[in-house]
Amino acid sequence: MAKNTVKQDEDLKKLSNKEILFRLSRYLKPFKLKVAIVITLLIFVMGCALINPYLLKEAIDKYIGDKNIKGLLIIGVVMLSLNYIAMIASRFRINIMASITNKILVDIRHQLYSHIQKLSFSFFDNRPVGKVLARVIGDVNSLQELFANSITTLIPETLTLICTTVMMFYMNYKLALASITILPVLVIGMYIIEIEGRKRWQKYRQKRSNFYGYVHEDFSGIRVVQSFACEERTSKNFHDLLDDLMESFLKAVKLNDFFWPLVELSWGLGSVIVFWYSVKLYRTGSITIGTIVAFTWYITMFWRPIMNISNFYNTLITNFAAAERLFEIMDIKPDIATLENAVKMPKIKGQVQFKNVVFGYEDGTTVLDNVNFKVNTGETIALVGPTGAGKTTIINLISRFYDPNSGEIIIDGKNIKNVELDSLRSQMGIMLQDTFLFSTSIKENIRYGRLDATDEEVIAAAKAVSAHEFIMKLENGYDTEVNERGSRLSVGQRQLISFARALLANPRILILDEATSNIDTFTEKLVQMGIQKLLYGRTSFVIAHRLSTIRDCDRIMVIDEGKIKESGSHDELIKLGGLYYDLYMSQYKFLNEGA
Amino acid sequence: MKRLLSYIKKYKALVIIPFISMLFAIILDMFNPYLVKIIIDRVLKGREYSILNLVLLALAAITVGRAVLGYIKEYLSDLLAVRVAQDLKQDLFDHIQSLPFSYFDNMNTGELMSRIGEDVDNIWRTIAFGLRLFIENIICFVIATSILFYLSWKLTLFCIIALPPIAFLAMQLEKKIGQSFENISDHNAVLSTTAQENIAGVRLVKAFSREKHEILKFLELNKKNYDLNVEQSNIIAKYFPPMELFTNISIVLMISLGGILVIKDNISLGTLVAFNGYIWSLIWPLRMLGWLTNMLAQNNASAKKIFKILDLEPAIKDNEACVTTNTIKGDIEFKNVSFKYKEDFVLRDLSIKAKSGSTVAIMGTTGSGKSSIINLIGRYYDVQEGKVSVDGINVKNLCLKDLRSSMSVVSQDVFLFSDSIEANIRFGKEDATEEEIKEACRIACASEFIDELEEGFQTVIGERGIGLSGGQKQRISIARALVSDASILVLDDATSALDMETEYELLKNLHDKKNKPTTFIIAHRISAVKNADQIIFLENGHIVEKGTHSELLEKRGKYYEVYCEQFKDFEQVEGEVV
Repeated sequence: MAKNTVKQDEDLKKLSNKEILFRLSRYLKPFKLKVAIVITLLIFVMGCALINPYLLKEAIDKYIGDKNIKGLLIIGVVMLSLNYIAMIASRFRINIMASITNKILVDIRHQLYSHIQKLSFSFFDNRPVGKVLARVIGDVNSLQELFANSITTLIPETLTLICTTVMMFYMNYKLALASITILPVLVIGMYIIEIEGRKRWQKYRQKRSNFYGYVHEDFSGIRVVQSFACEERTSKNFHDLLDDLMESFLKAVKLNDFFWPLVELSWGLGSVIVFWYSVKLYRTGSITIGTIVAFTWYITMFWRPIMNISNFYNTLITNFAAAERLFEIMDIKPDIATLENAVKMPKIKGQVQFKNVVFGYEDGTTVLDNVNFKVNTGETIALVGPTGAGKTTIINLISRFYDPNSGEIIIDGKNIKNVELDSLRSQMGIMLQDTFLFSTSIKENIRYGRLDATDEEVIAAAKAVSAHEFIMKLENGYDTEVNERGSRLSVGQRQLISFARALLANPRILILDEATSNIDTFTEKLVQMGIQKLLYGRTSFVIAHRLSTIRDCDRIMVIDEGKIKESGSHDELIKLGGLYYDLYMSQYKFLNEGA
Repeated sequence: MKRLLSYIKKYKALVIIPFISMLFAIILDMFNPYLVKIIIDRVLKGREYSILNLVLLALAAITVGRAVLGYIKEYLSDLLAVRVAQDLKQDLFDHIQSLPFSYFDNMNTGELMSRIGEDVDNIWRTIAFGLRLFIENIICFVIATSILFYLSWKLTLFCIIALPPIAFLAMQLEKKIGQSFENISDHNAVLSTTAQENIAGVRLVKAFSREKHEILKFLELNKKNYDLNVEQSNIIAKYFPPMELFTNISIVLMISLGGILVIKDNISLGTLVAFNGYIWSLIWPLRMLGWLTNMLAQNNASAKKIFKILDLEPAIKDNEACVTTNTIKGDIEFKNVSFKYKEDFVLRDLSIKAKSGSTVAIMGTTGSGKSSIINLIGRYYDVQEGKVSVDGINVKNLCLKDLRSSMSVVSQDVFLFSDSIEANIRFGKEDATEEEIKEACRIACASEFIDELEEGFQTVIGERGIGLSGGQKQRISIARALVSDASILVLDDATSALDMETEYELLKNLHDKKNKPTTFIIAHRISAVKNADQIIFLENGHIVEKGTHSELLEKRGKYYEVYCEQFKDFEQVEGEVV
């Protein structure tokens, strides 16, 4: 799954069909016995269905021909009881089958979801959410079809086909041969439809994915669209994508609609041949009327499995693509994982050290170039520097969202590579640049910081960051739903809530990445006072562009071009007269010169 | 349904031709068993071998005819359905786009997606084959019943005994399964929203180390999905096999009783065999009855939802006699404006006057109504009292398109499309030249970092611009706003993630820009607002202070307080420098 926009079709690397089949079949393994039961039941039900025409022939030839009413009634009773037993067997079969396929599905979905949780940031950096989502939901659903169909369609239909053929040959091999003369035409026709059709359907699915990707983005960004008054343009884009989608559908359907007429044609012409030949045989006295009637029934039973199998083949191929995409994700190894012999991180005191750290997001690029620093317990560190200098990267490395290319990051004397990820991150309170809220109530959003927090604790956290007041003004207070990504709140309000959330986690190390950039100065000051007591003695890292936020930090590190250029307190750095001084003075300069 | 018809009416030929094909196909179909009867009674039993070739020729002709008609019918129905779905989708999309912000405030993207996806597709499916099958089945049923009665009313009556249970079971099955399908689809929506949020918020999940919590949450939903699916299978298991049984019972009845009638010479053997052929035309429609009614019900439900959206009059739309103009200068005036969002007043009795080309800065606490002011200029909401005018014309009387296209807004919520940087910037002006784009980037201080990217302007940025830092995203969205060279520019907290130097640079570039637009800046840093022609300080929807930087400093009010907080030790530094 390469990085791509909604307008590009996705390309896949090919796993061989055999491989996919093998991996899929492994999911069936735990259910061996149940699968065997299902197949047995299926064969039984099918047997009953197959005997019906034979009994019909017997009825016509023996009893109706011989005017034996009693015998006829006996056959009727036999048929009824057979069908009744078949009904009960069918019920069992459907129930067992449903439990098998759905259990497998729960399994796969759980595995996939758990796996995605383990994947590192680098996986998500380049993939639109929609495309990852399509895997978890859409592709898994198509597997349901695959598992259900492969057992309930493929096996019985193949058996039906074989048994019908056997029965036909058993009853009269000449007639049987005559009735399958049309078969090659049908098979070739279907083959063409399937092969060419598959390509066209694939095209259609790609277009569909592009189409929905576009619509989703347009709706998510509707405010941008409207504010640029671009509706006409997006409407035209939509029109073109829709047109593409529909034309590709029509192209596929143009071919696909040949399917039924072709089947009817082969079936109809097959019957004509059978009639013609059977009359010939009848005249020589080698067959009975009953056989002819039974044969017309068998022919129907003969075409149906062929149709269903070729139909199944179609879904099989589609679903194989889904399976392939799933396995592709499952095969991605997370870059960041807990090492095997990792130890639990004890309660963090707060000493953080970078030792010769080199890092780049992609091969060949360097964001951090040999960074060294040491932070003592309880220090507040401000990271300053131009955008893109590597401030967020340092924070990403402390939280171990990425691993350094070389060098070590040490917390309380332990290389963080050697501790359990969970025990590390659960002791950090991280406020990301991109404030994310879940579409649930404000209360639940704050509680995400500590899942077992009481309502009082939630409110206390909100009060500490001065969010309480505005929350209480909302119509449902803490139970107000914030909508997708918190869109009904202003960015500043969202930041306050996510601040409360980080605070509730009672972190040993607090990381604030432009956490207050959209909060006004008054509120920010209140926030700072509110959290001071709570976070006394804890190490914290702050990225900010506002002087008032930075100035009071214990130490300021100036980062530029991937290196720490200066480090010291505000006063020290001003005295130094270097980069920080320039940065600081730019505000000042602006104040004086004006623009 | 009526509304839907108006969509279908546009394609009369595509309705009539398939319908006629269908009718003829059914009629041809009905000849089949009858011809079989002739073969058995007259050719085999009556030994009239001479007519065999003629009958077989007729059979072959019928087959070919049906195949051709069948293709025409299917393809044209598909074509009709595609066209209708296409029209519906386009109308929906255009209409949704015309709805005001207030509509989207309470609407999830997922819900809109399912209108344009699932619901239109339901209608599509119904038109493509649901409706056709429904009509086809009714016609088949009626014709087959008449023929059966004609062949032997006695036998027909006997066979019909088993039919009501089939119809009953089919209806029951669909009723129950329809409900179960709905539950599954609702649950799927929950499942998918949960997964979507999880993936979109994956950074947060990881930051709080909540992977296990998320996995368990999902597993619970996943298991419920299992329960619902198994429940559905149980319904199928309960109703489907008995349906099969009753189908077979009616055939057994036909054979046994029909056999007796043949023995008693009441009917011929051929009639019995033909009966076998026709009776399927009776049973299939009944078995499909439930499925089809359910499909139609679903179709109606979907149509209702779609037309509910289409019927929404955009609360904000062009006045009938709206003024068109493409030369908006950018004089803006708020006169005693009050604005309510839902029940609460957000702005109260607010008056602002901004001359074309001037800069207005707005400061204030979180939630004091800063963004609302801006939303009122572009008429994304309507005021309750007072009026907002641009170039002396009340915005309610200006054509929306002209108003909005003369305005560029950079919102606090940066939204970039997953496309190349160039395409994102071009969104501001489709036919922008390369120079214009470069110039916009220069002013927005974005050229430097874009040039450093491996693919430069062609770099594809992810959904919501992931992969770029906050400051980089803001600068691209500012460039996007600048490229259109609009006469009103709004920066809603749009420089918050920029470092001081870059912000300084950017504001200076804006100031020196040719054709300087009327600019509204919302910001929290003194440095960003200081040089504005007027600075407005908002609190709870009121203007508490208004004036230039130096005026407000003299006033020693709120603004002065913020200034002191941000620059308290400047005097000291100044002392050291000078």
